[in-house]
Amino acid sequence: MIWAAFLTLLSHWRRHPFQLIAILVGLALSTGLWSAVQAINAEARASYARAAEQLGQAQADHLAPRSGRQLNVSDYVALRRAGWLLAPVLEGRVGFGAQGYDLIGVDLLNPPPLSLMDAAPISTGETGETDISVTLLPPGQIFLHPDTAATMDPEADVPPIVTSLAVPRGTVIADIALASRLLGRPEHLTRLVILPDQPLLQQPLADVAPHLVRIEADTAGTATERLTDSFHLNLTAFGLLSFAVGLFIVQGSVALGMEQRRGLFRTLRSLGVPLTALMALLAAELVLMALVAGSLGLTFGYGVAAALLPDVSATLSGLYGANVDGSLTLRPVWVLSGLAMALGGAALAGARAFYALWSMPILTAPRAGGRIRRAERSFVILAVVGATMILGALLILWQFDGLLAGFLFLGGIMLGAALVLPLCLTLLLRFGAKTAKGPIAEWLWADTRAQLPGLSLALMALMLALAANVGVGTMVSSFRLTFVGWLDQRLAAEIYVTVDNDDQGAALAEWIAQREDARALPIRWHDTTHQQAPLRIYGILDDPTYRNNWPILDALPDVWTQIADGNGVLINEQLARRHGYGPGDRILLSDSWNMTIAGIYSDYGNPNGQAILSLPLLLEQVGPIANRQFGIRIRPREAAQLIQDIRNRYDLPPERVADQSTIKAQSLSIFDRTFVVTDALNVLTLGVAAFAMLTSLLTLWGQRLPQLAPIWAMGITRKNLARLDILRSLLLAALTACFALPLGLALAWALLAVINVEAFGWRLPMYLFPSDWARLFVFALLAAALAALLPARKLEKLSPSELLKAFANER
Amino acid sequence: MVLKIRDVSKSYPSRSGKTQVLQDISLSLGAGESLALTGDSGSGKSTLLHLAAALEGFDSGEITIGDTQLSTLGEAGRARLRQSQVSIVFQQFNLIPSLTVESNLSLHARIADRRDTGWEQRLVNQLGLSELLHRFPDQLSGGQQQRVAIGRAMALRPALLLADEPTGNLDETASEAVMELMLDLLKDSRAALFLVTHSDAIAGRLDRRLYLRKGRVS
Amino acid sequence: MNARGSFTRICLYCIALLAVATSAHAQGFAGLGTEASGFAVPERGAALDFPRDHGPHPAYRIEWWYLTANLKGEDGADYGIQWTLFRSALAPHEQSGWASPQIWMGHAGLTTQRAHYFSERLARGGIGQAGVTASPFAAWIDDWEMRATDTGIDAMTLTANAPAFSYVLDLEAQGPLVLHGDKGYSVKSQSGQASYYYSQPRYEVSGTLTLPSGPVTVAGQAWLDREWSSQPLDEDQSGWDWFSLSFESGEKLMGFVLRGGDRNFTSGTWIAADGTATALEPGQFAATPLDFTSVERRSVPTRWQVNLPDRNLSAIVEAVYPKAWMGTAFPYWEGPVRVSGSHSGMGYLEMTGYEPE
Repeated sequence: MIWAAFLTLLSHWRRHPFQLIAILVGLALSTGLWSAVQAINAEARASYARAAEQLGQAQADHLAPRSGRQLNVSDYVALRRAGWLLAPVLEGRVGFGAQGYDLIGVDLLNPPPLSLMDAAPISTGETGETDISVTLLPPGQIFLHPDTAATMDPEADVPPIVTSLAVPRGTVIADIALASRLLGRPEHLTRLVILPDQPLLQQPLADVAPHLVRIEADTAGTATERLTDSFHLNLTAFGLLSFAVGLFIVQGSVALGMEQRRGLFRTLRSLGVPLTALMALLAAELVLMALVAGSLGLTFGYGVAAALLPDVSATLSGLYGANVDGSLTLRPVWVLSGLAMALGGAALAGARAFYALWSMPILTAPRAGGRIRRAERSFVILAVVGATMILGALLILWQFDGLLAGFLFLGGIMLGAALVLPLCLTLLLRFGAKTAKGPIAEWLWADTRAQLPGLSLALMALMLALAANVGVGTMVSSFRLTFVGWLDQRLAAEIYVTVDNDDQGAALAEWIAQREDARALPIRWHDTTHQQAPLRIYGILDDPTYRNNWPILDALPDVWTQIADGNGVLINEQLARRHGYGPGDRILLSDSWNMTIAGIYSDYGNPNGQAILSLPLLLEQVGPIANRQFGIRIRPREAAQLIQDIRNRYDLPPERVADQSTIKAQSLSIFDRTFVVTDALNVLTLGVAAFAMLTSLLTLWGQRLPQLAPIWAMGITRKNLARLDILRSLLLAALTACFALPLGLALAWALLAVINVEAFGWRLPMYLFPSDWARLFVFALLAAALAALLPARKLEKLSPSELLKAFANER
Repeated sequence: MVLKIRDVSKSYPSRSGKTQVLQDISLSLGAGESLALTGDSGSGKSTLLHLAAALEGFDSGEITIGDTQLSTLGEAGRARLRQSQVSIVFQQFNLIPSLTVESNLSLHARIADRRDTGWEQRLVNQLGLSELLHRFPDQLSGGQQQRVAIGRAMALRPALLLADEPTGNLDETASEAVMELMLDLLKDSRAALFLVTHSDAIAGRLDRRLYLRKGRVS
Repeated sequence: MNARGSFTRICLYCIALLAVATSAHAQGFAGLGTEASGFAVPERGAALDFPRDHGPHPAYRIEWWYLTANLKGEDGADYGIQWTLFRSALAPHEQSGWASPQIWMGHAGLTTQRAHYFSERLARGGIGQAGVTASPFAAWIDDWEMRATDTGIDAMTLTANAPAFSYVLDLEAQGPLVLHGDKGYSVKSQSGQASYYYSQPRYEVSGTLTLPSGPVTVAGQAWLDREWSSQPLDEDQSGWDWFSLSFESGEKLMGFVLRGGDRNFTSGTWIAADGTATALEPGQFAATPLDFTSVERRSVPTRWQVNLPDRNLSAIVEAVYPKAWMGTAFPYWEGPVRVSGSHSGMGYLEMTGYEPE
């Protein structure tokens, strides 16, 4: 009996295949987008962990020089001879051709605990047999990811390359002999990784190398973690949004499938199938669909993730300097969570329908009358809930700080607004009907309102998608505009030069000083810590370049005079926000050195604290610091000649003497790749919303005919009815878009003024881009038109006899 | 003549080739006249009504409404004709659920751009709908809905009023009252009434009566 | 799918190349049977010169300072220690800095009657992390050190330090250096591969071992081997069994079997109680396995019949601890042995080239 009942239930889908497709596709889409985001997150996290292990940060403590001190090879040898088992690491930037790469030099005889030693297989050297003398002896070999290898300038003077998928992108690994040769630092090391098994006897660090400090494993790299966390939180939020949008599709279809089978349920129950058995059968049906859809979604999500991952990795390395592998591995956790989401989503979407079935009396038919007004009453309830959520969100924002509060605010306001939407649309449509001229217009408004209960979920989805588009778009554009402006201010010098050593630096400064038409601005700094966080203090010479261009947010009067006189210090916004500093406050720069904060400047793309003060003062306080970087002011048309001169004179490679526009272009290209992922997710979400509308319209199709037939009988052609149908969708989409705009702006504001401040430590001004909104409005209409096109075509081609069935007696 | 049907045949494509629904039907109906069409179910009554309402095309013969030959019209022409000349009262009433009684009532007339508020008021009074004007169809009883449907059809002042089992969903008393009303209104409007029914009582109240059997008039 | 990346391969290869006492492959073991292009080759008749030859010979590909000691603890138990510094050159010169082609490898072992501990260190020359100086003599890698306290190598201190054990020992030579083969020119195969080879076979040792169970004061005898070459083995030789035995009579025997080739190649040196050394002709020395021990999936002979008919020697040589396996990058067996039969005493046994089954 149970099997027969189950087959009977399933037979519904044979007659309504589109409903089934809507459920499956809806679930698959939501699971897919969610899974894609999860896959990206999981892959990125695994990459961080791998990278951290590769660099020996994650599991092992390491030794690094105290600020202002150097780590020499002789320190390494002394420690080794004192019983310390260490792996020396030398890091730096190396240029091959025009490209720069992160170079990590390790002693292949004493490597750090490299997890990449256990990583994926790779192609070995050409001969197949690796010869150690080839790796260790000149010219040596460099190890890099095939993708990195592909970026190598074939003309450049590059050591022999061995590609390995285990090496992070953008990173070059070499034996330390080659690395020290490439970096021109034979005597120096960056840090010493403390290997896991240390011998019984060891001399104390303080006796052997008092200028080194032991850095605990877990404190390394936390800044990156915090930043990337926020990025992943962003992605997760997006994933949840997509998931929610997808569920709207499913919810509608599941409910319809239940609604249409009410009669069937009643018959089955009359035939003696217990309600519990019926519920169990329906649940089994839903689980079956969820599993099928979940598997489809996983496949889809895997594809999306694989397509997006390279951009994510570019984003992360561009924005935060975190390296993520561009390749995707299938993780069991990810598959399980995807299927679980599909099941959970199906349960969520089916909950209401199941409740309705549970409480359905066996015999009485569902009340046919007052459906619209019942729906409108439920809109009021939804709106009350939504308004409460919005209020709650505002309350959270007002009462609490932190990234989580920011995201709760976002979630609350988005969901709340979605819930308020149907009521708002109803009221607007009612108002529209009042202003309508002519019977057809009046009917259109009224009929649109009548459609609303069936379309409200899809419209909520559309609104969320549009709002996300507006919000993220506004944020990105504001960010870009600000960033460009900031780059213009910060990169005021025409030429930026990095020389090899301090002597060369001094010579360059002297040489430029002799020229009438140019000024050299030294870029010199001292790295220290402030309240356990890194702080870089720049020493500057007084120059109009700073006075005219530096992006000051807030300052005491005569700020530059105070700086020049050594009476004040400028700090960046991040530092000010982190510790609540304002102009006039005192800041402790070392144990015995504190200064007045004369002003605060904006500083994007850098998570750490920065301070600027007079160079003579800095030299007096911290002693000698490197003098190798300069900004050079010169008339722009003479810059190219000077670049040539400097390169020839000091024999510098091109990347060490850069002109302003090149640097700006590089910075912007990094920036632009950053948001490719968000863009892609935006488009996908909008697509899902359009699909939600399409499925809603198609599922409403059956209910529409009896309402359209009399109008047709009154002499409105099918073609006109089809046009009116599209118009109705456009009307709804347009109204929805009108609501989405303020919501999107609220989202943008939250992202810029709340999330950004919490995640990155800087607040961005918000710029409005009405032309973008117009474009998005058009997109929304396009999505609605596309969604309505299929039903409209169907209507136009509908044979009169189909319409006449609406009048038939048998109905 | 308001309606003239001459030698009209109609068939539907079916699995076994063609199913002949109507065969060589001829009839005519003048202004103010009423005709009842009766017959067994499946005899083609509704189809003939739909043909007369210019809702569907036919295979051969000719239908003339006023002086318009339907065979010469395309879809748009038929729609124009329906807009201005023909109104239908359905068994299912087929009111527009999203519009109020008042809007439903005037809808057809307004679509045809021929609203006559005085006539409408009279209809409302006669149909006893004045209390219900701002309600929605699903808040009405079956009899009330049918009265609205009749009102909507009459509000147009059509040349031809078609009714398909207009009282089929009503009990005997209600159907009696509705018929009474319809015939009353008809007298005032000079419209021709073509009514499909299976009720002898109702058929008996009309001027003429035709019996349809297996697609032929007898 | 290969489970490991090229880094592993390279690191392993580093170690493989350095592995001196090791496995059987087509090319001798670990490249030791390969052509020594560019490297110097030992020549018969070249006189050794001390203290210069205590120091490194960068022109030769391979070299070692190899010390083993049979010790007795205050608890009466037998202990053995090994301290080895290998030098392996990627190119026949030395250069300061990371670019040095001289690779150093240290092995330290400690064997008790019930356990065996070992540790391994790697370094490259040029930066001072490892190296050898001839006068004053010092050989070191990291904090492991064998350092003369006087001129020459007669008085030395020896240290090694690992996560599981460490030792600090004083060495005092009791006799002259012994030059093996023809005044230090030691032939290693029928086809004439040879090395320079000398020993100080008679050190009195005292000092402290630190074991996981705690420190033990020990005393005993040690034997230092010095050897350098560029192609010490014939191409098809797969490994060796090397014995250094000290008899209660005061006499000593160094003997080895190089396995593989047409037949095994044996050689050795008989050292009288007064230190006079007599080189053995190939084939005079014979060693036959009696019992095998399964260790690390290998079957290794840990009980031997050793014969030297010329000296009326017919003895059983048996491992103190049969599982004295050096699980270093290129693994081998090295541990103390007891001698019984016609002669009795203690000694050390090294066995290389036993492949997993």
